[in-house]
Amino acid sequence: MVLVYAESPNGHLKKSAFEAVTYGKKVAELLGLPCVAITLGSKVQDAGELGKYGASRVVQVADAQLDHLDSQVIAAALSTAAQQLGASIVLLSHSSSGKTIAGRLAVRLSAGLVSGVNSLPTGNASELRVKKMVFSGKAIVEYAITTPVKVLSLMGNAVRPEINGAAVSVETLSVPLTSGRVRVKAVKTVEGKVPLPEAEIVVSAGRGMKDPGNWGIVEELADTLGATTACSRPVADSHWRPHHEHVGQTGIAIRPNLYIAIGISGAIQHLAGVNSSKVIVVINKDPEAPFFKAADYGVVGDLFEIVPRLTAAIRKFKSTN
Amino acid sequence: MKILVCVSQTPDTTAKISFSPDGTTFNSAGVQFIMNPYDEWYALVRACELRETLGGTVVVLNVGPASNETTIRKALAIGADEAVRIDAEPQSAAFVAKQVAEYAKTGGFDLIFLGKETIDFNGSEVGAMVAEHLDLPYISYASKLGLNGNLATLERDIEGGVEVLELELPFVLSAAKGMAEQRIPNMRGIMMARTKPLTVVPPVPVEESVKTLQFTLPPAKVGVKLVDPENMDELVRLLHEEAKAI
Repeated sequence: MVLVYAESPNGHLKKSAFEAVTYGKKVAELLGLPCVAITLGSKVQDAGELGKYGASRVVQVADAQLDHLDSQVIAAALSTAAQQLGASIVLLSHSSSGKTIAGRLAVRLSAGLVSGVNSLPTGNASELRVKKMVFSGKAIVEYAITTPVKVLSLMGNAVRPEINGAAVSVETLSVPLTSGRVRVKAVKTVEGKVPLPEAEIVVSAGRGMKDPGNWGIVEELADTLGATTACSRPVADSHWRPHHEHVGQTGIAIRPNLYIAIGISGAIQHLAGVNSSKVIVVINKDPEAPFFKAADYGVVGDLFEIVPRLTAAIRKFKSTN
Repeated sequence: MKILVCVSQTPDTTAKISFSPDGTTFNSAGVQFIMNPYDEWYALVRACELRETLGGTVVVLNVGPASNETTIRKALAIGADEAVRIDAEPQSAAFVAKQVAEYAKTGGFDLIFLGKETIDFNGSEVGAMVAEHLDLPYISYASKLGLNGNLATLERDIEGGVEVLELELPFVLSAAKGMAEQRIPNMRGIMMARTKPLTVVPPVPVEESVKTLQFTLPPAKVGVKLVDPENMDELVRLLHEEAKAI
């Protein structure tokens, strides 16, 4: 079977969990296997909803020791569950927790691991072929995993969650747990915004904004689009915007459906973090800005005029669609 | 305090990436190689800072051929005390992790540091694998680390924020931005690096579980479509009808 680990920070299933189950279902169909989802922790709500995305069974290890990420405890629980259930493929999200767990799981299960896959596999159960981006978005590699058990992690925004079934009842699974050594003292997250790695639309701005006091027009555009805001490295380094907004090689790598870059010249280090975005729009007054070479759509001109005009155009579009 | 810092060698960020005509091997002709930036700027520098305040030893480890020794000497110039090179091509994350773990078992390390990922394979796999081989806790994407005796307090980047964590040594950590600031090696460091010990160790065998079939380049962008700055309705139309992005 294909076993999909559906992440649920604070008990809430994430969009990446629905993406993973959608992808897991397609992998299961390719191989003629069932797709089973697993949740960990005592607070998980509405796990049965995973059935809608293609899980024929949903199992839950409901223990408070699994409520926070201690990779030793989680990987041990997942690998035991995978063995109990007879999983031949274990699928995770390539998220901050997935990255912490995947390597451990591969070692425990003597499994071949490919992390950050971004398209559906081909091949068969003895040689599963998967692709991912390498060289920070500058190349694609195809791997064949040849071990009996395989571990994959799915890049965020690589597939869209698809509803193709009905909710199922949640089964309880009991696995022996190891005791953890990591204590979570606090979690500080920005409330009310989609985190950058999960955002479908990102509006990002750079030094061309001239002053942190000018960000109102960027936020207005982002709010109109339902987008998350981001920034370039110089902006984060000058403390114009918070560190967690910084996208690029040293900041966060993202791949939204739409990336709008405002007043960002497009240094190669910035591109390395955003060049996997599906559609890129660049707004810059300098027609020679290197970012235009990586863009799908470009607007050359004064961002202080163009951005409010774009916001107004989107408002008009949204009111008629 | 004994800290092991794992460093990879990667093509420079600005390198042009190309492959052999059959797509099976990376074309290294004319490519400048560097120490993986996250290993250098964050993991190695933070390890050196801790050694400077707490005393102890920083051992830098690289899995790679003899040609990687320029990169290894740079790590020594930045401040590592000694270096180890596992004499093998770093074929895969699983291979590298096994080499690191086997070496680490011999050393009695309090901390094992790596960068959050390498800029060539972007897998973020090795740290978790090393931790599992050694049965140690693993903190990924750590952006802050403070030590009080045996007790470590960390911040770790998560989606949209940070987690504050506490645990006892030893453990494995992957370092992200915020952990330390880049250091440029000075002349004294470069001179001292020449005489610091660099031990070459043979690899342990690892059965490969993942085969590389082919590298390809992503389809080139067809070229930017410029939109009249006066006509943002047109951009919205293109984003909706052509790009299907809104």
